[in-house]
Amino acid sequence: MHIPDGFLNVATTAASWAGAVGGVGYGVHRVKRELSERLVPLMGVTAAFIFAAQMLNFTVAGGTSGHLLGGALAMLLLGPWAGSIVITAVLVVQALVFQDGGVLALGANILNMAVVGVWASYGVYRLLQRLLGARAWGRTTATFVAAWCSVVLSSLVAASELALSGVSPWALVVPAMVGVHMLIGIGEGLITVAVASFVRGVRPDLLSLRAETGA
Amino acid sequence: MSKRWSVVGLVSAVLVASLAPLASSFPDGLERVAEDQSFLDLAHGAPFEAIPDYVFPGVPNEALATILAGIVGVLMVFGLTYGLAHLLQHRRADKTLREER
Repeated sequence: MHIPDGFLNVATTAASWAGAVGGVGYGVHRVKRELSERLVPLMGVTAAFIFAAQMLNFTVAGGTSGHLLGGALAMLLLGPWAGSIVITAVLVVQALVFQDGGVLALGANILNMAVVGVWASYGVYRLLQRLLGARAWGRTTATFVAAWCSVVLSSLVAASELALSGVSPWALVVPAMVGVHMLIGIGEGLITVAVASFVRGVRPDLLSLRAETGA
Repeated sequence: MSKRWSVVGLVSAVLVASLAPLASSFPDGLERVAEDQSFLDLAHGAPFEAIPDYVFPGVPNEALATILAGIVGVLMVFGLTYGLAHLLQHRRADKTLREER
């Protein structure tokens, strides 16, 4: 879902940079107050793992692929504030070193995947945890749905930016983007559940209650 | 997280990146929509290129070039994030210390 340069108009580019700087900037402020020392290496490793996993495109439907975005995974391991910083770091390296996503469009990509993606997964996860309780199947369901929603909501915001920029009409670009990402979101959900279960198996303390406390 | 677990995490990231040559090469969701709704041509190339398309330049074997690009990326992302987190954590430690005095 990395938007290249050339798709977005000046107003949308500027507005999305404002959203990205505001969202991640406040995250940096929060993390500066609360970050514990043992989270530092975990942030590095989570970012590195998500970068690697994003290289693994999987086929979803006739001639289209998707890959993990990792917002929900980062949120589960680090909480939403540090999680959005980690996704931002991945996107910055992808744009500057790998020419994946535009440099001007980086603001939009950060807003879509690091801010909207992470916070959507956080909101949905918290809500479902409350509804389903702490049972194992409840946690798995919450993880899957949170990951799915994070991709779908990111794609909705991305589609809105494209429509606002006038590259394609709302009635076309929104259903097409959201539709294909409803499929990609299934992959996101499965991978997030698999990785979270694996981490829970070997280092349950890493997932502990971070996503529940919001720290 | 201990050094040992950080190494375990980094090694798994490198292993995942090594699978990249097997990844689907179909266009992703956005590219597909851009193609279908004919705005893909609006995309313009980057003003500069380092490791475009996750293929390390100058390596003739494409699978190897992809894996190499992946490993370079994994290390860069780790370094950047670790460094940033360390900086933020340090600021916090300084502040706590000052407040305790």
